[in-house]
Amino acid sequence: MSDLLRGDIREIPAASNVEELAKLKAEGFNVLVDMTAIDRLKLGKLPRFEVVYRFMKLDAATGEDRGRAEARCAVDEQPVLRSAKGLWPNADWLEREVWDMFGVKFADRPDIKRLLMYEEFSGHALRKDYPIAKRQPLIGPKSGDKAGSPSFNILKPTVTGE
Amino acid sequence: MSDTSQKTYMLNMGPQHPAMHGVVRLILELQGEKIVDADVEIGYLHRAFEKHSESETWNNVVPWTDRLNYVSPLINNVGYAMAVEKLGGIEVPERGQYIRVIACEMSRVTDHLTCVGASAMELGAFTVFLYMIKAREYLYQMVDTLTGARITTAFTRVGGVKSDLPPGFAEKFKEVAALVREAVRESDVLLTKNRIFMDRMEGTGAISKEDALAYGITGPFLRSTGVAYDVRRSHPYAIYGKLDFEIPVGTKGDNYDRYLVRMAEIEQSLRLIEQCLEKIPAGKHSLEPKEIKWAYEIQDAGKFGDTALLAKYQAKVDQTLEGMSKADQPDTRVLDRKITLPPKESTYTNIEGLMNHFELVMWSWGVKIPPSETYFAVEGGNGELGFHLVSDGSDGPYRVRCRPPCLFPMAALKKLLIGGQIADIIPTFGSVNMIAGELDR
Repeated sequence: MSDLLRGDIREIPAASNVEELAKLKAEGFNVLVDMTAIDRLKLGKLPRFEVVYRFMKLDAATGEDRGRAEARCAVDEQPVLRSAKGLWPNADWLEREVWDMFGVKFADRPDIKRLLMYEEFSGHALRKDYPIAKRQPLIGPKSGDKAGSPSFNILKPTVTGE
Repeated sequence: MSDTSQKTYMLNMGPQHPAMHGVVRLILELQGEKIVDADVEIGYLHRAFEKHSESETWNNVVPWTDRLNYVSPLINNVGYAMAVEKLGGIEVPERGQYIRVIACEMSRVTDHLTCVGASAMELGAFTVFLYMIKAREYLYQMVDTLTGARITTAFTRVGGVKSDLPPGFAEKFKEVAALVREAVRESDVLLTKNRIFMDRMEGTGAISKEDALAYGITGPFLRSTGVAYDVRRSHPYAIYGKLDFEIPVGTKGDNYDRYLVRMAEIEQSLRLIEQCLEKIPAGKHSLEPKEIKWAYEIQDAGKFGDTALLAKYQAKVDQTLEGMSKADQPDTRVLDRKITLPPKESTYTNIEGLMNHFELVMWSWGVKIPPSETYFAVEGGNGELGFHLVSDGSDGPYRVRCRPPCLFPMAALKKLLIGGQIADIIPTFGSVNMIAGELDR
C-alpha cells in the first residue's frame, strides 16, 4: 500500500497560495478532494497552523485517478491566505470550516461565516488550547467554566486538567 | 399585467422538517413555486467527532466512528482502522481483511436500501419503503450476529476485527441475500417504470460531470453523471483487487440516474460478499510462522552467532505456562499482543486477557504510533470517506480529520435546487443521501 492516496507533498508559501494553487490546477489537478488544517501548538512548530489542500487528477472519461497531491501552507493568526473558491467552488465551504474550527483567516473573505457552529459560538473548537469541556455563553454558565457535572470526563486527567 | 408587482418570498425549510433527514435547514427564496435562491445551513448535528478523537486512544476512536454515517457504520470502522494501520505500518491477516470487506459491503447495501427506500417514501411510495426496510432489517440481523450490535458496531480493532465470522454465517447469508434480492426486485417493479416516480425523478436535480468534479463530489452521486470513479477500483484496499465487481454508471446525473446507480450497486455488493464467503481463507493467515519465533529460539540463534536476521523476527514469550501461547483469533488479528485488543471472551474469562486488555486501554499505555502523518480513503456509502491522521508519538491521535463524503454534494445542493420547483427539493435532497452524523461530525 504505497502512498498514492497522498501523492507528492508540496509546501507552498501562504502569501501566494492562490497563484500556487492555480499552477496545480493548470497541471491537471481538477478535483479539490479535501481541505483542512492542523494546529501545531503542541508539536512546537511555528507558524502555528498548517492548512492542507488535497487534490486529485480525475479523468472524467475513464474515472481513473491519475495522481494526487497535497499542498501545505503554514500560517499564523494573520489573514495572509486568500480564498481558492474561484478555482474550486467547494473551497467555499471547506474554508468556512477551517475558519470555524481553527480561526484561520482568509484575507479576501473578511465576513466569512462559520460552517458547523453557530454565530454566537466563541472561540475555535479544534484549536489545541480550546478545552474540550469548555462551556459556551449561550449554553452556560456565562463564565465559560465547566459545568459541575460529576461524571463528565472525570476519569481523564488530561481532559479535566486543561 | 405589466403593473402587477412581482415579489419573491422567503421560506424556511427545516431544520426539523420530516423530509430533511435529521437536521438541515434550507432557506429558500421563492417566486411562486420556483426556487430563485437557496441557502443551505448545516451543523445542527455537530458532536465534535474530531475534537473528541484527540482525547482518545487510537482504539477508543472506533466507537465514535459508528456515529459518523450511522446507516453504514461498518465502513467507517474499517476506514478508520485501516488509516491507523497505514500510519503504523500494521498488516492485517488476510482472513481479517476478508471479514472487513464482507462487513463493508453489508453496510453499503443497508446504506443504499435506506436511501432509496426513504426517498421513495417521501415521494409517496410507502410500500417500497416497507419492502426495503424489511430487507435492511435482515441485513441488520446479520450485522448483529457478526458484531453484536445493529448500528453501534465498533467492529474493527487496530490490527484486526472484533471476532471471526459466527458459525453458519455463509449459509445464513445465502437466505438473506435471496430475501434482499427479492425486495430489490419488487421495489424495482414498483418504481423503475412508475409514471409518477419517473416524473418526479427524471431530469430533476441534474448536475453535469464538470460541475460534479469541480465540487469534489464522489460516490454514487458522481457515478450517476458517468464518471466511473470508485476508490475500491482506483486504490484497491484490503482485498478488493482480488474481487470481481462492476461500477454502475449513469449518463445524465439526475435523480433518476442516482436511483438506478444505487439499485445496481446493491446487486454488486451482494456479489462481492458472495465472492468473499467463497474465497475466504481458512487456517492461519496471520503473520507468517517464520516471522514470529519463540524467544528461546531467538536466544539460541544469538548464541550461535546468527544475529543478522534477528531484527526481522518477533519474539513470542510465554508469560504463563499455558494460555498465552495460544493464539485466540489467529486468523483475524495481528498476533502482536502489544497491538490488538484481546477478544472479549478472553478479557472476561482469564487473567492474562484481562491484564492485556487493561494495559491496552489505560491512558498512555496503549498502542503507540511513531510521529507521522497519513491520509487514507475507502469507498463509503456516499463516496470517498477519507481519514487524515496526525500522530505525535503518543497513544492517541494528535489530529483526526474525517473527509465526509456527503459534505461535497451538500455544498453543491444550492446549485442543484436553484431554478427548480419546490417539489423537486424532496427527490433531490433524498438522492444526496445526506447523513447528518457524517456531514456535521
